[in-house]
Amino acid sequence: MAILDVKDIRKSFGQTEVLKGIGFSLERGQVLSLIGSSGSGKTTLLRCLNFLETPDTGSIAVNGEILFDAADPAALKEAEIRRRRLHFGLVFQSFNLFPQYTALENVTLAGKLLAKQQPGFAARKKEILDRIDGEARSLLDRMGLADRAGSYPHQLSGGQQQRVAIARALALRPDILCFDEPTSALDPELTQEVLRVIRTLAEERVTMIIVTHEMAFARDVSSRVLFMDGGLVVEDGPPERVFGAPTQERTRRFLDSYTGRP
Amino acid sequence: MKLMLQQFPVVFQALNVGFLQTLKLFLITGLGAIPLGLVIAFGSMSRFKPLSALTRLVIWVVRGTPLMIQLLIIYYFPGIVLHNNWWGGGESGRFLASAIAFIFNYACYFSEIYRGGIQSIPKGQQEAGLVLGMTRGQIFYKVTLLQVVKRIVPPMSNEIITLVKDTALARIIALQEIIWAGQSFMKGSHGIAGAIWPLFFTAVYYLLFNGVVTVALGRLEKRLDYFR
Repeated sequence: MAILDVKDIRKSFGQTEVLKGIGFSLERGQVLSLIGSSGSGKTTLLRCLNFLETPDTGSIAVNGEILFDAADPAALKEAEIRRRRLHFGLVFQSFNLFPQYTALENVTLAGKLLAKQQPGFAARKKEILDRIDGEARSLLDRMGLADRAGSYPHQLSGGQQQRVAIARALALRPDILCFDEPTSALDPELTQEVLRVIRTLAEERVTMIIVTHEMAFARDVSSRVLFMDGGLVVEDGPPERVFGAPTQERTRRFLDSYTGRP
Repeated sequence: MKLMLQQFPVVFQALNVGFLQTLKLFLITGLGAIPLGLVIAFGSMSRFKPLSALTRLVIWVVRGTPLMIQLLIIYYFPGIVLHNNWWGGGESGRFLASAIAFIFNYACYFSEIYRGGIQSIPKGQQEAGLVLGMTRGQIFYKVTLLQVVKRIVPPMSNEIITLVKDTALARIIALQEIIWAGQSFMKGSHGIAGAIWPLFFTAVYYLLFNGVVTVALGRLEKRLDYFR
């Protein structure tokens, strides 16, 4: 069974229809890259998956559980939305770390707040908080940031901040980890350190959806590539095919615009 | 000069009593206006249009008219127009009316500072909290609030220093604060008459007290310097 099943997502902002019926499914352990020019709807799609936008039509199912269905709005309660959105993690282009917390606290904050809502928290408080801290430390370690756990975001480079943000998203064990142009705010050197981390996650079979303009990276790390244009999926296939032998003229034109880049 | 030195102990004592009233008005205004300002700020940012429109109208009126007039209206309106002076007579009535006028006036100024501070926090902070499954309340208290506090300390310091001096306006309804106490020596009080230096001397109290306030707020600003 597909881990993610997205059907007919449409989304308009005022008069502008940004998503015009997007559907795709994803298998566990797959890495899906979303490519396309700015304004093609990639980010909006990602935001719909994370409940930051509400699609006008369509449905989203994870592991067979319908998380969202526009036909059955059933006035989702906020608590229910919160539970459902935890199937997804999101890493932002601008990191969005919480500046007043250390790297470690950024990773543990949400987990600790969630743990406090669990029954029986008070009785095993110390044990639970220690476990969350321990897991966060090992996540930071995996990100190559073991020695920066006590640093505040402004003391970290952009690449380090983004790796903390990845650890923060992983801490809640999402089924699917989404990246919204994770390296667009970084210079080439820092870009590489973040891409290395994402590549490691791909090797560990973390299911990911990555919106990116790094074509070489997308080709290298993805198991599947979606090319979006004008709010539609124009091309969908393995990277060798989308990059090597695109079937659509629009895809070819888009990819050509990249080969001209230094 | 010799006369001044003779008068000083008496005047000093009387000014201290007046300053205590000034201090009380300052503290109660701070304690009342700081939280009330937050309520007003939420009102002015409400997505329920009638509420935000009404709140902004009130803020406009309160900020657009002199605090001195507001004091006069709040203190005299019930007695003169409604024939029911609900403040009661005497110093306690004047203090109550002053406190209400000051709290409401300053809460409106604070609310605009809060609103600016809250709206200056990037939306990404809220979104990051949401995708991590945090409630809106958790996001406000655990993520946004401290960042807002950090940003509003400098403009709030400005207002608080102004408040120290604005308490003198309560003199207009004869609240026996330090200006009133200083002035009483002109007409005659404690056996001293025709002395204007006590009134001038009240400035020293304001200056010293604002020194203390400035240092305290500076410390707060420094304590929040650990993040950016």
